[in-house]
Amino acid sequence: MKKTPRLTLGPLFFHWPADKRRDFYFRIADEAAIDCVYLGEVVCSKREVFFEDMLFPIAERLRKAGKEVVLSTLALVTSDREMKAIKDRVKAGFLIEANDVACLQALAGKPHVIGPFINVFNESARDFLIRGNATRIVLPVEIPAQSIGIIAGKTETEIQVFGRQPLSVAMRCYSARAHGRHKDGCQFVCGRHPDGLTADTVDGQPILTVNGTQTLSHGYAVLLRDLATLQKMGVTHFRLSPQDVDMVEVARIYRAVLDGQAEVEESEKKLRKLTGDIPYVNGFLHGREGLAWVEDRI
Amino acid sequence: MTAPYLELVCPAGTPASLRAAIDAGADTIYCGYRDCTNARNYPGLNFDQDEMIEGVRYAHERGRKVLIAINTFPRAGDEKPWHQAIDNAAAAKADAIIMADIGVLDYATKHHPSVRRHLSVQASAANALSIAFYRERFDVKRVVLPRVLSIEDVAALIKQTKMETEVFAFGSVGPMSEGRCFLSSYMTGLSPTSEGVCAPASHVAYKECGDCMKSCLGDVTLNQFAKDEPAPYPTPCKGRYVTQGQASYLFEEPIGLNAIDILPQLKAAGVTALKIEGRQRSKAYVAQVVGAFRKALDALAQGSTESFAGDLKSIAEGGRETFGAYKKGWR
Repeated sequence: MKKTPRLTLGPLFFHWPADKRRDFYFRIADEAAIDCVYLGEVVCSKREVFFEDMLFPIAERLRKAGKEVVLSTLALVTSDREMKAIKDRVKAGFLIEANDVACLQALAGKPHVIGPFINVFNESARDFLIRGNATRIVLPVEIPAQSIGIIAGKTETEIQVFGRQPLSVAMRCYSARAHGRHKDGCQFVCGRHPDGLTADTVDGQPILTVNGTQTLSHGYAVLLRDLATLQKMGVTHFRLSPQDVDMVEVARIYRAVLDGQAEVEESEKKLRKLTGDIPYVNGFLHGREGLAWVEDRI
Repeated sequence: MTAPYLELVCPAGTPASLRAAIDAGADTIYCGYRDCTNARNYPGLNFDQDEMIEGVRYAHERGRKVLIAINTFPRAGDEKPWHQAIDNAAAAKADAIIMADIGVLDYATKHHPSVRRHLSVQASAANALSIAFYRERFDVKRVVLPRVLSIEDVAALIKQTKMETEVFAFGSVGPMSEGRCFLSSYMTGLSPTSEGVCAPASHVAYKECGDCMKSCLGDVTLNQFAKDEPAPYPTPCKGRYVTQGQASYLFEEPIGLNAIDILPQLKAAGVTALKIEGRQRSKAYVAQVVGAFRKALDALAQGSTESFAGDLKSIAEGGRETFGAYKKGWR
């Protein structure tokens, strides 16, 4: 029997003010056609203090609304404090999305999700991680459809289908750098850019997005036209990565296409109205440069 | 904790470089096969199996070691070249294999348990838990640490894990967590992780635009400079970008990493080995860098604090140098 495709909301990458975060997640709980929500800070542990108190109430509200809650961990762990935070989260009983191998060690065989920041590019890596009790694998954004077809199917498999694609993670804070500051004295300038800070080429082409220590694509990945094929390949979970747009409406559009209730072309037009003039990208899926947009379906 | 001896680990993109590095005083050479299994898969570089066997023999006869890097991430459905490379490395009597992919590590552990395993920088293991993971699962004996850590971080990590570590001492400053950077494939479609190529020359172009020059990677302009200025190689993390109307080297400047003047600190941190980057560099470059580090290490062993930085100034990336992440404040 074919499983119903699950729509998920990935972790919020951007540093939104506490009120905005809370309102966002409460609205997701109340209104969005989303099955699973990933909470937690992935980019910078300095931000966590602003969100810590809200984590449990938000998780509770989402669960009450019938949504699965997963806690995502940092993509790059270096300090003792960050390692302790991971251990605490594991103890608190959340289902964890591991984004750094450190987390796998802390999980010690408990069921977990492998996040997109742990490289799973082939079936041997997949099989090893499944033996370690990974119950779902979110594949890296760089992975082409050809590989997805081989890797998906053996366990729950998730792909990011909407939003800026994370391209790199670092120790250095580029939001701080762009504002002439250092990471240690950043004063959380990343918070000024709720959808990330655009970096243009010197000849004026918007190309990348900077968000603290993270770099993302400028374009939003939009894989609406390939949802049906990805599903046939064995992808079970489809991730919307939060952007500063009406995510409830984005979810509605994706849900309708996943359920075969809406035409792709019409849905892409609706999505375009929500996202303004941000370009769409799908190059990685086609094994091309990530910034490309390919009209053909996979 | 002070390591008794700092091992000098040097790059060889060709058999000639391997011999040059050994003759210049390298303790250990690292190199790779001529295909997508290693992270420096550039035209005209690397070794076939006969050259590898000969290279290992040359090193072993002189009491030196050879490490083989098989440190990219296999593509799904096409893992055979990686498995073959591991088998070949074992047959060539490599002193260790440097790997990053969990599947490749698993294969090597199962099929060649007696061959020493090192964790590549491409695995981005920057904390004690990750290191414990790789040690427990794959009995990894050495970790090449990411270039994002300060000396204090490195010292703390060694103290906690008691793991043998290898750190970058000369080459480029990699601001991004290695093995997880998709910037180059975002611009070119060729992946450092799977194909072992970052900013491949095939996708690089220098274009004239009136009084100035532009350097491009794929269709993306990464820099612009006056015709008489030096033209840095267009790597995505060393490009000039405009944020809020201001052009800057947003990620990192085109500048080289040179730790030759902080060797005592690295030694005091408990580092086992120093890695010189540059498998894509010429034999002459390798000999010069290795020679300078050999002198510095020999002087250090005798208690001297003489600086050898001057020996390397002219060949650093962009002609300028930094201690990179080793010094606080870089972040």
